[in-house]
Amino acid sequence: MGLTEQIAKLGRSAIELVTGLGRAGLMLWGAIAHRPRLKKGLPLLIKQLYVIGVQSMVIILVSGLFIGMVLALQGYNILVGFGTEESLGPMVALSLLRELGPVVTALLFAGRAGSALTAELALMKSTEQLSSLEMMAVDPLRQIIAPRFWAGVISLPLLALMFTAIGIYGGHIVGVEWKGIDSGAFWSILQSSVEWRQDIVNCMIKSLLFAVVVTWIALYRGYHVIPNPEGISRATTQTVVQSSLAVLALDFLLTAMMFGS
Amino acid sequence: MTQKHNSLVEIQNMAFSRGSHVIYEDISLSIPTGKVTAIMGPSGIGKTTLLKLIGGQLNPDKGKVLFDGTDVHQCNRNELFALRKRMSMLFQSGALFTDINVFDNVAFALREHSGLPEAIIRRIVLMKLEAVGLRGAAKLMPTELSGGMQRRAALARAIALEPEIILYDEPFAGQDPISMGVLVKLIRELSDALNLTSVVVSHDVDEVLGIADYVYVLADKRIIAHGTPDELRLADNPQLKQFIEGEPDGPVPFHYPAPDYKKELLSGLD
Repeated sequence: MGLTEQIAKLGRSAIELVTGLGRAGLMLWGAIAHRPRLKKGLPLLIKQLYVIGVQSMVIILVSGLFIGMVLALQGYNILVGFGTEESLGPMVALSLLRELGPVVTALLFAGRAGSALTAELALMKSTEQLSSLEMMAVDPLRQIIAPRFWAGVISLPLLALMFTAIGIYGGHIVGVEWKGIDSGAFWSILQSSVEWRQDIVNCMIKSLLFAVVVTWIALYRGYHVIPNPEGISRATTQTVVQSSLAVLALDFLLTAMMFGS
Repeated sequence: MTQKHNSLVEIQNMAFSRGSHVIYEDISLSIPTGKVTAIMGPSGIGKTTLLKLIGGQLNPDKGKVLFDGTDVHQCNRNELFALRKRMSMLFQSGALFTDINVFDNVAFALREHSGLPEAIIRRIVLMKLEAVGLRGAAKLMPTELSGGMQRRAALARAIALEPEIILYDEPFAGQDPISMGVLVKLIRELSDALNLTSVVVSHDVDEVLGIADYVYVLADKRIIAHGTPDELRLADNPQLKQFIEGEPDGPVPFHYPAPDYKKELLSGLD
């Protein structure tokens, strides 16, 4: 491939990227920049909260429990060597609140709910359901995209909190029930180490931003899919890959801003 | 060429292309009010595209599409949605919403736009479902219906708001003879009973010629013939005859353009 062709290819990729960002921005703007319609919008939102949030709870809770248990076991083995095993509580809690809670929940959410959102929208497009909404003078951005977006934004922070809470409980099972750390020491040191603003609020801010990114990518990939089997498969994969990478990159930026100094 | 009077839809000198692929070069046609107008032509000629242009889902490169005198493509979004409340489209796939049952599918547009109380909506939906013979299937999910029943449920949804025009996209595609007969009868009867303007896009020659009042035949990016079904049957245009009589080869070639057959077979044998 000649140099000119390579430059042309690079230029095409750049144009595609900018076009994609523009389309994604317009889609989101069209979906959320409206006065809320409580009577019509609320039932749609509640349904999506169930599909996106409630139905993701099992995987989040089971994963949170096991990650908390593994974290506690590995942490205990290290801390016991220094005679500081009572610090297991804050170690587990801070690891979960600051990093693992928001990040792992977002990654699981991208795999469970994000891929489902993309596939659902892609199938709606390929079966002309989105076109039929348009022809019925109903805006699919408001009817389909908006409730799913808000459901994702509301669900993910709550799921991250649940993940963190059950992870701490998993740490308690391993540290206190199994390894015999004093329960009072576990909870009191944990309580004194965790700060509301620094840890819990930052955990919520991270989750909220991850929720926006993951849900936005999932909806964009589904809404602008090429409506054939290959296109749908590609869009679903892109949702999981792109949102996972975006979450990890964004996490580094946020961590640097929140805890870097 | 076009009928100038009593036309609900007029297409004037319209051109449309997808990328470098030209779909229409310069077509003009009119859809008379209260009649069944058929748009026919071989597969892939852009018949569905024409319906999307009429509905404002696609924009032409040049020319105009007028709906009741209003240029569809000069409307802003609110004006376009106001026009679409007066039209309805029956999609080839039916396009029923798969997460709600048949009743709610038919009630959907009424709940969105009519502002009627639920008790009245219920009666209207049952009447529409009765008209297409699916009142008993009101509580079924779309996936529980056969292809023909899905098409009829979609038809009930299409007439729910009592539109002025229904755009039928390949209504007979993939239907068994009984379903096809039912759909043919429904399209004609609904058109007559409700004084609907109907545009039927199809390549099912016998069915379409049986119910249409006027027919346009598309090929080669333009309208190659138009007239009443009887006029078309008697026409001596070879391209039209090939289409109507279903001959595999003729002016529309059987083979996709390709290099010489013998040369290609013998190439690479050195």
